[in-house]
Amino acid sequence: MSAGPRTPFENPVVEWVDSRLPVFTMLQKEYGVFPTPRNFNYFWNFGAIAMAMLMIMIITGITLAMHYTPHALMAFDSVERIMRDVNYGWLIRYIHMNGASFFFIAVYVHIFRGMYYGSYKRPRELLWIFGVVIFLLMMATAFMGYVLPWGQMSFWGATVITNLFSAIPVVGSGIVEWLWGGFSVDNPTLNRFFSLHFLLPFVILGVVVLHVWALHVTGSNNPLGIDTKGPQDTLPFHPYYTVKDSFGLVVFLLIYAAFVFYMPNALGHPDNYIPADPLVTPPHIVPEWYFLPFYAILRSITFDINPVSLVGFLGLGYYLVTVVWCKARNDYFSARNLAILAVAGGLTLLGVVGSLFATLNIPMTHTVLVEAKLMGVLAMFGSIALVLVMPWCDWHPVRSARFRPLFQVTLLVYVASVFVLGYVGAKPAEGIWPWIGLALTGYYFAFFLVILPLLSKHEYVQPLPTSINEAVLAENKA
Amino acid sequence: MKINHLTLTAIALALMAVPAFAASEKADAKKAVPVEAAQEAAPAATEGKATDAAPAADKKTETATAAAAEPSTTASHDAAPHEAAGGHNMPHLDWSFDGPFGTYDKASLQRGFLVYKQVCASCHALNKIYYRNLESLGYNEAQVKTIAAEYTVTDGPNDEGDMFDRPARPSDRVKSPFANNKAAAFANGGAVPPDLSLITKARHGGADYVYGVLTGYAEPPAGVTLTATQHYNKVKDGGLIGPDGQKIPGGILAMAPPLSDGLVSYEDNTPQTADQYARDVSHFLTWAAEPEMEHRKQMGIKVLIFLSIFALIMYATKRKVWEKLH
Repeated sequence: MSAGPRTPFENPVVEWVDSRLPVFTMLQKEYGVFPTPRNFNYFWNFGAIAMAMLMIMIITGITLAMHYTPHALMAFDSVERIMRDVNYGWLIRYIHMNGASFFFIAVYVHIFRGMYYGSYKRPRELLWIFGVVIFLLMMATAFMGYVLPWGQMSFWGATVITNLFSAIPVVGSGIVEWLWGGFSVDNPTLNRFFSLHFLLPFVILGVVVLHVWALHVTGSNNPLGIDTKGPQDTLPFHPYYTVKDSFGLVVFLLIYAAFVFYMPNALGHPDNYIPADPLVTPPHIVPEWYFLPFYAILRSITFDINPVSLVGFLGLGYYLVTVVWCKARNDYFSARNLAILAVAGGLTLLGVVGSLFATLNIPMTHTVLVEAKLMGVLAMFGSIALVLVMPWCDWHPVRSARFRPLFQVTLLVYVASVFVLGYVGAKPAEGIWPWIGLALTGYYFAFFLVILPLLSKHEYVQPLPTSINEAVLAENKA
Repeated sequence: MKINHLTLTAIALALMAVPAFAASEKADAKKAVPVEAAQEAAPAATEGKATDAAPAADKKTETATAAAAEPSTTASHDAAPHEAAGGHNMPHLDWSFDGPFGTYDKASLQRGFLVYKQVCASCHALNKIYYRNLESLGYNEAQVKTIAAEYTVTDGPNDEGDMFDRPARPSDRVKSPFANNKAAAFANGGAVPPDLSLITKARHGGADYVYGVLTGYAEPPAGVTLTATQHYNKVKDGGLIGPDGQKIPGGILAMAPPLSDGLVSYEDNTPQTADQYARDVSHFLTWAAEPEMEHRKQMGIKVLIFLSIFALIMYATKRKVWEKLH
């Protein structure tokens, strides 16, 4: 790709190749001397760890595909054959099975790192978008992979998730039948899921290349969130970060191996060792742990949109767009704006309460404009879409949460609410749990739509260090 | 409000603890058993911890007395089954295969196979196991051939196009009690008795659950009425709900209590009690579900030692490389 000036290599073979295709020059530029901020903490290991996990998943996955049979009548048995009769088949499958979880752990920590230190901000918005696209592709891949063993949770998980698309008005049921390749989750569904589960990891790999490429154009962010100002702020990637990443990776693999060898089924669900049975529905269909927060958001919307709440939401949206998001305006509580906020908020509350408690017979709240199911689906996809557009929700000039105390607190509350949402997602939808889920879903959306814009406009910033080098030296002295 | 490295490390560790959290959460949430649920008239299944007010709690004495007759030959030594706090009736036994160095007890596996063969096999298949696998229980090739030959399987078609019967060989799957699922359902009141090859992996609690169900039959608590073909079991999770809306621990099973003292004759001098049969057959079924377990755990130790040393070396290298910067 780079056709710039080239320093010849001493080794004649390397030089022969490099003069024809400068791969060695590129590697040296991008991974050898690549200037990297000198103040990374261990959070910066998780990109390399995620990359390693992708490789592990592709290698074990291809091996499993050599022995797996994607047929509704044979899939479950073929997985058990891998576990029992294929040499080290149990090892390969347990690595792959737990690898999905550990890939998600690495990526979740990686995303948290990006949020906390403001890595999504200018000039790294596109880099961030590629990352969220990778995350979406991973979710699709993991979901379809979980279907392949054709156990009870595979089958019913596939049924529940594909049925989400039936919430789309008019064309919904048609889309679902098209996804299924029939009138229920069956052999054609399993076949296409296997095909796509094989394909998507390579798509992920392609987007990872774009992600890394974009990274190498802008350079890495760092815990201080300030730009590098010269060679005194950076270190060559090799050996400083190759060795640091290797250490972090081995520690990560140590924890991963403990699961593979000693708790291989702790992250899965026992029901998936029961062969799929279309006639017997498990009492509680739960997704894998890494989907639980989103599953909780999906389930937390149990109210239909009626004319009252529609007007209310539109009014709130108007207030958000014209006042909160408007960089030039701070008159949140002027008489006009306060009136809009009060009326819209009141109508929203009235409409939602009227939908949730039909017995109250609040006028106009029985006309269903948008069903709760569709709202749940929209909320679930919306929660990920908000992560995608985070660079535009937060335009505060300072990146790192280290210098933004309010952002720091609200972000950590956001992370905590995602954890609790995960817990809610694992619980049956009864008692207090749906209410906690609804409240935290509210915070989730408010964080992106209200808190981040307000902080962008008003948050007081602590003084930033003038350079990375200066900060590192000060820290070493202290 | 300055957050230092230590706090961030704590957050990183917390994020990595998600799966452990999810795992414990799942283990906590006992689920009803779908296959068996089909044959039960249990009320709408509801998950959740059983309450302390469980009348079944006083039934623990029977398992406790049975455990007193613990033989010395079994590896599950002095494990008196005890019941967890909080109203769960799931027993927790000390199995020889527990822990990172756990191994199967071959004597117990062989006795468990005998119990399966003479009791469970009249209704439950063990379809993932081949007779050749029984060599892992400590039988030699000739013994496995003899065991297989006790069964007649249908093979074919032969050169004339006919199916024919022949004695089973080590390369055959363990013979199922019924010709097909329809026959199994017809003979068992409409529901197929679950295949036991993966039963310990397919239930929360694993071997403890299987042991618990086999020894957990009891008089139904107040609020549970049974039909003639139903049996109350205090370990099975059936999501029972009493008339007052309270959750009742335990569940309803179509399977009659399968084990009784003296039912199976052991060749060694292990006590021939229902409790011992339950321990042995749970041990055997754990092996059936995870025949690779010993190999896996032994390899795991090597892998963890290797990675630990590797991590230390990488840490030392990292320190060395970064040294001159500080």
